[in-house]
Amino acid sequence: MPRRTMIEAIRDAMDVMMSRDDDVVVFGEDVGYFGGVFRATQGLQAKYGTSRCFDTPISELGIVGIAVGMAAYGLKPCVEIQFADYMYPAYDQIVSEAARLRYRSNGQFTCPLVVRMPTGGGIFGGQTHSQSPEALFTHVCGIKTVVPSNPRDAKGLLISAIEDPDPVIFLEPKRLYNGPFDGHHDRPVTPWSKHDLGEVEDGHFAIPLGSAAIRRQGQAVTILAYGTMVHVAQTAAAEADIDAEIIDLRTLLPLDLDTIETSVKKTGRCVIVHEATLTSGFGAELCALVQTRCFYHLEAPIVRVAGWDTPYPHAQEWDYFPGPARIGRALIETLEA
Amino acid sequence: MPMPDQNLTDDTMSSRREPVRSPEPVPLKLHVPEPAVRPGGKPDFSNIRIPRAGQVDRPNVDVDAEAIRDLAFSVIRVLNRDGEAVGPWAGALSESELLEGLRHMMTLRAFDARMQMAQRQGKTSFYMQHMGEEAVSCAFRKALLPGDMNFPTYRQAGLLIAGGYSLVEMACQIYSNTHDPLKGRQLPVMYSSREHGFFSISGNLATQYIQAVGWAMASAIKNDTKIAVAWIGDGATAESDFHAALVFASTYRAPVVLNIVNNQWAISTFQGIARGGSGTFAARGLGFGIPSLRVDGNDYLAVHAVAKWACERARRNLGPTLIEHVTYRVGAHSTSDDPAGYRPKTESDAWPLGDPVIRLKNHLIVRGAWSEERHKQTEAEILDTVISAQKEAESYGTLHSEQRPTARDMFEGVFAEMPPHLRRQRQEAGV
Repeated sequence: MPRRTMIEAIRDAMDVMMSRDDDVVVFGEDVGYFGGVFRATQGLQAKYGTSRCFDTPISELGIVGIAVGMAAYGLKPCVEIQFADYMYPAYDQIVSEAARLRYRSNGQFTCPLVVRMPTGGGIFGGQTHSQSPEALFTHVCGIKTVVPSNPRDAKGLLISAIEDPDPVIFLEPKRLYNGPFDGHHDRPVTPWSKHDLGEVEDGHFAIPLGSAAIRRQGQAVTILAYGTMVHVAQTAAAEADIDAEIIDLRTLLPLDLDTIETSVKKTGRCVIVHEATLTSGFGAELCALVQTRCFYHLEAPIVRVAGWDTPYPHAQEWDYFPGPARIGRALIETLEA
Repeated sequence: MPMPDQNLTDDTMSSRREPVRSPEPVPLKLHVPEPAVRPGGKPDFSNIRIPRAGQVDRPNVDVDAEAIRDLAFSVIRVLNRDGEAVGPWAGALSESELLEGLRHMMTLRAFDARMQMAQRQGKTSFYMQHMGEEAVSCAFRKALLPGDMNFPTYRQAGLLIAGGYSLVEMACQIYSNTHDPLKGRQLPVMYSSREHGFFSISGNLATQYIQAVGWAMASAIKNDTKIAVAWIGDGATAESDFHAALVFASTYRAPVVLNIVNNQWAISTFQGIARGGSGTFAARGLGFGIPSLRVDGNDYLAVHAVAKWACERARRNLGPTLIEHVTYRVGAHSTSDDPAGYRPKTESDAWPLGDPVIRLKNHLIVRGAWSEERHKQTEAEILDTVISAQKEAESYGTLHSEQRPTARDMFEGVFAEMPPHLRRQRQEAGV
């Protein structure tokens, strides 16, 4: 099976869908001729023409706004916001428009739209190229939120997202574009070509939204993670020599609560990890759900490991980032509780 | 004294001159525009320059935007003071079409009056009427073809009435009753009818403007023949969505007509707050190279003629057109405000463009196609039709009656397929 980087897998997903469905259109800033600042759309304009893959003015509100109109017409736009940090001008179009169009029109108009956004830190991007705004989307009713952690999932989930009849926010952890990140920024990067999940099927294959994946079976504690933190959590568990069960949520909404519940009831302990800031982060929702569902099986308080409640810093990136050491300490704390 | 023109010399010269001294600092002052008059004052519209009917040229539809810059500062008018249709924009409508147009405007006015009253009687929570602006949406609708899509705001119900939408369904939406086509999910008057080319009204302002451009772009991408029509009020042109729409419409030459309904008031805020230093709202389009026109929004014939011109441009792939409809909101913004608190009570009487219904009525009388008597008779007939539609709608319930969409309906339609968490919540609600 061919091995692909995450960028190649994402590009392949769009390529597959554009070739299968004339209604799929791709656009955003620098997306057309140049192929995107991360090269996710490279070659698509040459292959499908300028009316199906094109550059837009620098206006995130405009990009999502026209996408809503196009989706209402019957197209399936898959648009790129260059960095998730830039999505705020488009937030009204996502929250008040895309998310509610089906509901408020009683199904007369729908919004099959995908908004792709490179997300998260670990690339010395500072406060405007590092944010993880997933909780700002999961809090909104009417949209789905997806965060893949590897090339295979990225392709399968993006195809499902494009085929979905409702708007999907597709957050791409940019630190994972070229290889899994173990959380040690001072070590050489492992390329996806040396990772099992860099193996990506050719052609059309879909991974359904709303299903989590168990990355490591374990008995001692359940770790809930998504995106970059799946890999960091794996390193943390290995380095602390803890028999953790690591669940890669893949889709935050809809959430695969059954997989979470089964695991926590088995281990009795739960550590939640995300890169986004702690307060009102998605971890808070997970924490509430786990305690409601698994309270009588819990043997220790649920612990959250997250980004500190500060803007994402530049020089202090690795003080901010919830790395293997912090996760390891949380695991030990949970086991000793 | 500093010599400001010293700065205008070229680099080689200025390097040899004395350094320019800064002028004495002047205390800065914030400019906040004010309307000409406030409550208690004498209404004054002398600032609105209104050319005689028939005076403005009708350019070819493929005209360059630059060549018609003056149309963004003038007002296209067809009906003159004597009720005659004059000038190059006249003559597009037959007598029967004009009679139909009059009927649509009268229906909208009668419907508004009944629904306004229904709100006062507690049958619904909220209403917004069109008084004075009926020509804008009623006339524009007649320039559209099946399949075209409007992206309206809350004061274009004439698009529905002139498009043949059922008054009963409109009233059911307003009452949020069991027959509400939107299942009680939307505030009254936030209609939606795909079938009638009427996009779901958001209730947020301006969001629809950029969406219309996207819809038009989609039509162009698919080599379709349908066009989109965007609607916005004077106040909401200040939103970023409006400006983004102009950028995208200009860049991609989208087949869209961009309408601004300037009814002079954004709730209590006069149009000068949104317009700022720009001469007119239409002038906003000039920087984008979009042909921009102003039209007498109280002149059914003028609105229709300009709409047709703009729609033809879109259909012929000539790109967007911006139209400012100069009109006046005679009534309150909604059932939630009282205009006496922010403008003179008699201001609407002083509005120089008159009443759209009376002007079309007079024109038809001048043509010999209508009479005061027939008008009164028709008014009574229309009122009967509206009342019977209202009664039928009320038989399906009003807002606070028992006949309303169920709590179970509330959980439907958030997604195409109900996700597990919502299913659990619905179970918890016991519905």
